[in-house]
Amino acid sequence: MTRKKLTCILCPNGCELEVSHSGEPTPETIVVEGHTCPRGIDYAIEELTAPKRTLTTSILVSGGTQPQASVKTACPIPREALFAARGELRRVVVDAPVAIGEVVATDIAGTGVDVVVTRAVGRRLNDTSRPER
Amino acid sequence: MTLRARETDVAVIGGGPAGLAAAAAAADAGARVVLIDRNPHLGGILNQCIHDGFGLHAFGEVLTGPEFAARYVDRAREAGVEVHSDTLVAELTPERELVCTSPGSRSRLRASSVVLAMGCRERTRGMLRIPGPRPAGVYTAGTAQWLTNMENIRVGRRVVILGSGDIGLIMARRLTWEGAEVAAVVELLPYPSGLPRNITQCLEDYGIPLHLGHSVTCIRGRDRLDGVTVSRFGEDRRPIPGTAFDIPCDTLLLSVGLIPENELSRRAGVQLDTSTSGAFVDDRYMTNVPGVFSCGNVLHIHDLADWAAEEGERAGRAAASHALEGLATGGRSTLATITAGEGIRYVVPQAASKGAKEVLISFRVGAPDQDRTAEVLADGRALASETLRRAHPAEMVQMTVRCADGLNVDRLEVRLQ
Repeated sequence: MTRKKLTCILCPNGCELEVSHSGEPTPETIVVEGHTCPRGIDYAIEELTAPKRTLTTSILVSGGTQPQASVKTACPIPREALFAARGELRRVVVDAPVAIGEVVATDIAGTGVDVVVTRAVGRRLNDTSRPER
Repeated sequence: MTLRARETDVAVIGGGPAGLAAAAAAADAGARVVLIDRNPHLGGILNQCIHDGFGLHAFGEVLTGPEFAARYVDRAREAGVEVHSDTLVAELTPERELVCTSPGSRSRLRASSVVLAMGCRERTRGMLRIPGPRPAGVYTAGTAQWLTNMENIRVGRRVVILGSGDIGLIMARRLTWEGAEVAAVVELLPYPSGLPRNITQCLEDYGIPLHLGHSVTCIRGRDRLDGVTVSRFGEDRRPIPGTAFDIPCDTLLLSVGLIPENELSRRAGVQLDTSTSGAFVDDRYMTNVPGVFSCGNVLHIHDLADWAAEEGERAGRAAASHALEGLATGGRSTLATITAGEGIRYVVPQAASKGAKEVLISFRVGAPDQDRTAEVLADGRALASETLRRAHPAEMVQMTVRCADGLNVDRLEVRLQ
């Protein structure tokens, strides 16, 4: 019997989970305790079999009111793909304006997941668009 | 030259989550609302908090900071809030007159209610009194977050983070993703001050060491930081001789606490609570200055933006009701005090109106513990109690006291049994 303690990361409660399984960890063999909602079970199973994380980062914007737009993977991706995904996004430059939800990359790092904008960036009109201070 | 003041029902100072939510709620309640923010873009600090984990309470879904902010910006605009960005409130009088400055103009505004929602700022190196020279490469975690996420500026290659607050933990992961090496997170207290899930997903995921009960005792380097000395600290909060070790690094981030930004409040005569560094408020979030309300991180530091926004909503509704009805019925009702008893670090609000049917109390415990019962006592009698499976100073707790016949005691006390 293998026992392990996990902290659920799905919400700020951060439940402390006691996870055990005999033999290989599979959805059938994993027993979860300490969760206060059903998502804790899903989290523990995923964490022991194929851990996933959401990547949140910024990409370059050309001609925008700000130099960068923040982005995220549309859903969590395998943890081991995080750095490759970040690397691919370093080469992405989008033209302003961009809106929340706009897709800036597809199938990031071969995960089949899209990357979407999380903050709108407007187009810079000219250098006097904002009064001088 | 005296400028004639414009009039409005409610003026909200600060366009972060608390201010946006307050403005929207006040406008929904029928008040004319002016929201003043010193930045060119609304949303406050949320715009640089590009990580996810926001919105689970407020919207039932996981959002990033900018997405969470955008929801509240839309809500405020739909409610008809008049927004003045790029505008700084330079002065607030006890009569609720605001002096506002923006590029190229200066104006006055008189409001029946004012909502303070200016947020907080980070503690700096100067406040910690860390000895050593003053090389480049020492940043507050929030400044490093701004430079990395908004300005595309690389802050450093090998990083030590002092303090285990959530912003520091989030930045440990962020800088790791950016290709930097985070050599260590160092925390003076024997327990982390950030949320448990951030310890897991920001440190443990990347094998970043967390040194509890340690602190930085020396900063080294001439032009650029080249290392820090870390020592173990005893219970007396002094370094233990012989425990010092060096960590080479070119960057030190400070995530050592937030301070409500109350300069404006103080000048308006708002009394502050030394345990929160925010205003004393009653259950309507009104300060001792009639018609001046406070909410969000300027009132007390929140661990979640969702809670700051919810508090803003309640303060906004109260500010609208004061502006639209309250002025006629006069100022403050008789108040019962609410105090922090055994095991409790602070309570907000610090007073409740007598006759209130329901009072929501936010508080923090003093030290980590398990399976403790928090109770609200009225003249020695328990009005509400709740078991805290995990009691932790990093996690704000809220309890509601219900009094069917209206609150009729002089004093409430929150304590751990």
